[in-house]
Amino acid sequence: MDRQTRIIKIIQSAAQKDVTPAPDESLFDSGLLDSFALADVVSAIEKEFSIKIPDADLNPRKFDSIERIEQYLDSRQ
Amino acid sequence: MAFLREFGSYLPSRIVTNDEIGVRVGADFEWIRNVSGIEERRFAAEDETVASMATRAGEVCLSRSGVRPTDVGMVIVASGSAERQFPGPAATVAKELGCDSAVALDFPMASAGSLFALAMASRVAEQFREVLVIGAEKMSNIVLREPMERGVAVLFGDGAGAALVSANEGKAKIVDSVIATDGSYAEDLKLECEKPLTMNGRSVILQASRKIPSAIQGVLEQAEILAEQVQVFLMHQANQNLIDRVASAIGVSSELFYSNIRRYGNTSSASMLIAADEWAREHGFQSDIPVVFAAFGAGFNWGALVARGV
Repeated sequence: MDRQTRIIKIIQSAAQKDVTPAPDESLFDSGLLDSFALADVVSAIEKEFSIKIPDADLNPRKFDSIERIEQYLDSRQ
Repeated sequence: MAFLREFGSYLPSRIVTNDEIGVRVGADFEWIRNVSGIEERRFAAEDETVASMATRAGEVCLSRSGVRPTDVGMVIVASGSAERQFPGPAATVAKELGCDSAVALDFPMASAGSLFALAMASRVAEQFREVLVIGAEKMSNIVLREPMERGVAVLFGDGAGAALVSANEGKAKIVDSVIATDGSYAEDLKLECEKPLTMNGRSVILQASRKIPSAIQGVLEQAEILAEQVQVFLMHQANQNLIDRVASAIGVSSELFYSNIRRYGNTSSASMLIAADEWAREHGFQSDIPVVFAAFGAGFNWGALVARGV
């Protein structure tokens, strides 16, 4: 499974909706994620990609779309 | 050494339901309950102030404790909604309570204020002997300002809670506390003079979801206590969904987290002490069993405190 597919599955699980957002679509503005689902997404990303996201990186904008999540993961490599 | 000697609280009599507040901001009862766990809150009367509610809670606390007001060495009032910039309500509250020998401090911190005040009181109790900590808020003055914002207006309520921290005796001995601040997020939850309260809810929830469990786990580790050994967690009543999330993060049932947010909403700095007072009336401390307090709020400021029943 490629990285984008893994991210989409995390988002679908947190949103409890079987929808696939466009890579640049805002997960918040689209109504897919609320504040609490975002916290679930961050926790699931840590688990799925075996990383620890420091509190200083917990800016909602960094996780606002699939593209931005991928950019964040790139920055951690 | 410091003890939690007594608690007290005051809630205004006027009940404001989700229907009443919701109609003003286009939110229905179920939406408010789903996003927050809140069904109703209390709004103070026009002539009630932060200081007057704080005084009522302080009176209850001191009366139950049997400590004379003149024996109180320090009064700390935490509030983010005081009616004026200075002086804060503490001096007025100390005067109204008859705490004539007390030095009075204000903690204008909002939600984490009473937790910080408890932590500081435990550190100065040896010197000041009896320290009266009060959290009091008239949030209705703020959330009813136009333009009302749906995500803010439905959350808050008014009230006051109090705790007497004593160097001599009490229902529980304060074991340890951790408090922390990260000013990087000062803009994410703020109330500027005469302006509406603004909140970046995503940032608040994201940070609180991590920092509160971390603080609780930190203070429990310092005290060599396991989460499952705790009798009750008395957390700032910000949002039922957040309370549930924190419980899950530290691996205990939500039932271990006392909650009254359904009835009072988020009373900011007052909420943790109102919860402590109600819990103490309903259940009470058990000998040698730990109880944890925790809060998070504007700043961001956050922390946790652990006490053991005497």
